[in-house]
Amino acid sequence: MDHAYLTPLILAIIATATPLLLAATGELVTEKSGVLNLGIEGMMLMGAVSGFVTAKLTGSMVLALVAAGLTGMAMSALFGFLALVLLANQVASGLALTIFGVGLSALVGANWVGQPIDPLPVLFPAALAELPLVGPVLFAHDFLTYLSFGAIAGVWWFLYRTKAGLILRAVGDAHDSAHAIGYNVVKVRFLATLFGGCMSGLAGAYLSLVYTPMWAENMSAGRGWIALALIVFATWRPGRVLIGAYLFGAIAILQLHAQGAGLDIPAQFLNMLPYLATILVLVIISRDAVRIRLNAPACIGKAFHPAA
Amino acid sequence: MKSTLVRLLGAAVLAGMAAMGVARAEELKVGFVYVGPVGDYGWTFRHDVARKAVEAAFPGKVKTTFVESVKEGPDAERVIRQMAASGNKLIFTTSFGFMNPTVKVAKQFPAVKFEHATGYKRTANLSTYSARFYEGRAIIGHIAGRLSKTGVVGYIASFPIPEVVRGINAFTIALRKVNPEAKVKVIWVNTWYDPGKEADAAKALIDQGADIIAQHTDSPAPLQVAEKRGVKGFGQASDMIKFAPKSQLTAIVDNWNPYYIARTKAVMDGSWKSEATWAGIKPGMVKMAPYTNMPADVKAEAEALQAKLASGEVHAFDGPIKDQSGKEVVKAGEHLDDKTLATMDYYVEGVDDKLKK
Repeated sequence: MDHAYLTPLILAIIATATPLLLAATGELVTEKSGVLNLGIEGMMLMGAVSGFVTAKLTGSMVLALVAAGLTGMAMSALFGFLALVLLANQVASGLALTIFGVGLSALVGANWVGQPIDPLPVLFPAALAELPLVGPVLFAHDFLTYLSFGAIAGVWWFLYRTKAGLILRAVGDAHDSAHAIGYNVVKVRFLATLFGGCMSGLAGAYLSLVYTPMWAENMSAGRGWIALALIVFATWRPGRVLIGAYLFGAIAILQLHAQGAGLDIPAQFLNMLPYLATILVLVIISRDAVRIRLNAPACIGKAFHPAA
Repeated sequence: MKSTLVRLLGAAVLAGMAAMGVARAEELKVGFVYVGPVGDYGWTFRHDVARKAVEAAFPGKVKTTFVESVKEGPDAERVIRQMAASGNKLIFTTSFGFMNPTVKVAKQFPAVKFEHATGYKRTANLSTYSARFYEGRAIIGHIAGRLSKTGVVGYIASFPIPEVVRGINAFTIALRKVNPEAKVKVIWVNTWYDPGKEADAAKALIDQGADIIAQHTDSPAPLQVAEKRGVKGFGQASDMIKFAPKSQLTAIVDNWNPYYIARTKAVMDGSWKSEATWAGIKPGMVKMAPYTNMPADVKAEAEALQAKLASGEVHAFDGPIKDQSGKEVVKAGEHLDDKTLATMDYYVEGVDDKLKK
């Protein structure tokens, strides 16, 4: 396999993995604080449509990304209000957020279907991307792709190397204890939820501004749920979230290449591969229950009653 | 599951609104049941364009309602029955999977006329209609044969049903009439609509040497990839030239407008009869977007082929045709009949893929 074939392959894998990585990075922080937000799909779609519409109206990609992030945050604030302030069931609220986001994004985007847009520009000058071998792989990307790497590294550093990260994990593991020593559990969780919403919104913007530069109803096509599965797959570890996103992207792309190359394997089976791999890894990881419990936030999905 | 809930709510609200609105005496109520969202810019989008055309054709005389994203299954029956019960006199159900629910409801509402797209079951008040999209695929196959330099053409396919297999075959036959060495690489994405996955499939095909991309999925994403990578492609369902001004050669456009208007008129003047319609380029149910990004001689050939397909001088499945094993399935001078076409489950020679049965 020469690099003329390999380079576009790697680029395709990066494009497939980036939205998953962005959304999963946000959700990782949310879940580490003990909040399970199942609304990623809805937040992504809202981010996608608001990013697209803003870019169309203002012509500014910066504003488009800001709008997508803020829309994701607004959606997650709605969830936070229901689940953290009113103490509604997190699973139900998250599902409702997805349903709401699917519908609202379709409504908002109804007049924007079938319009093209110039994609988010590549960050570095074109000359760098023309460098042999490493050029396209390292320098031919947009801001969001680099952000996805920066964000996952930043989240690792934040969670395991800062005091704020320690507090966040404490809130996620034992909210009563954290509360007892004086930390504002709801505030920490709300902020973590907002971060998750922002990243989901940006993941959506990646879809409508980079991956397939257009708006179409339900264009995320289940990627929000995959991001959610990635967290469990990664047993709540940032490094594994990164690996998982790229593994998933790689299998998704390679199965298409296998079909194109005429491998005599049923297409349905190849389409199944990414999900099969997820299940397989889950099974392997689950054999060691202790290691999961080490990383899984103990209070995930549990409502916090300060009085209790 | 999640979306079912929304759709149900939507259906209930719509039905409620329809029931409350008192139609004027002469106003004909026409209902549409869609399988996808109207914003898909593909299959459902085109049906909705035709719905609007019906409203525009009979101003003040027709009131249309629609329910979108109806799942093929028990939901469909409820939605269709609700449509019939709320006073719609003509109901279009626009997906193959709505067949049995439509038949069931049609029996319960003999005074309501039903129209089911792409199915084959008819009753006294239930017609079927479909379009011969394969005629359009013969034209794009010809163009691909003339323009491909690598001799490898990529084809993004959705599900292995006769409609899609027929399209691949019509495309391949026309392609190899022009370039007998050319091959069609097929990638099945197992979805009608997932822009990201369709784009990935297009990238994979281009990476494997395809310099022309055809698709039987609904989003403009593959064309966007073609545009970016500097290869050519064809639009699907709608004219997608806006997404690929330098890359789209033409598009096979679904045009339900004349049929929907004619059938609405037939109900109005009482001439509606249950019939089976399978129309192609000739009455304009299948239209071709303007031929662009190709030399004048190829354009002229495409236009000539389109005229011959319309007049019946050329059939997309004219013999001799060989299947993948090299066995002749149609002799020279004959063409495949509609029954064989409707149930097509094998590839013709030149398709670089194996069909699992």
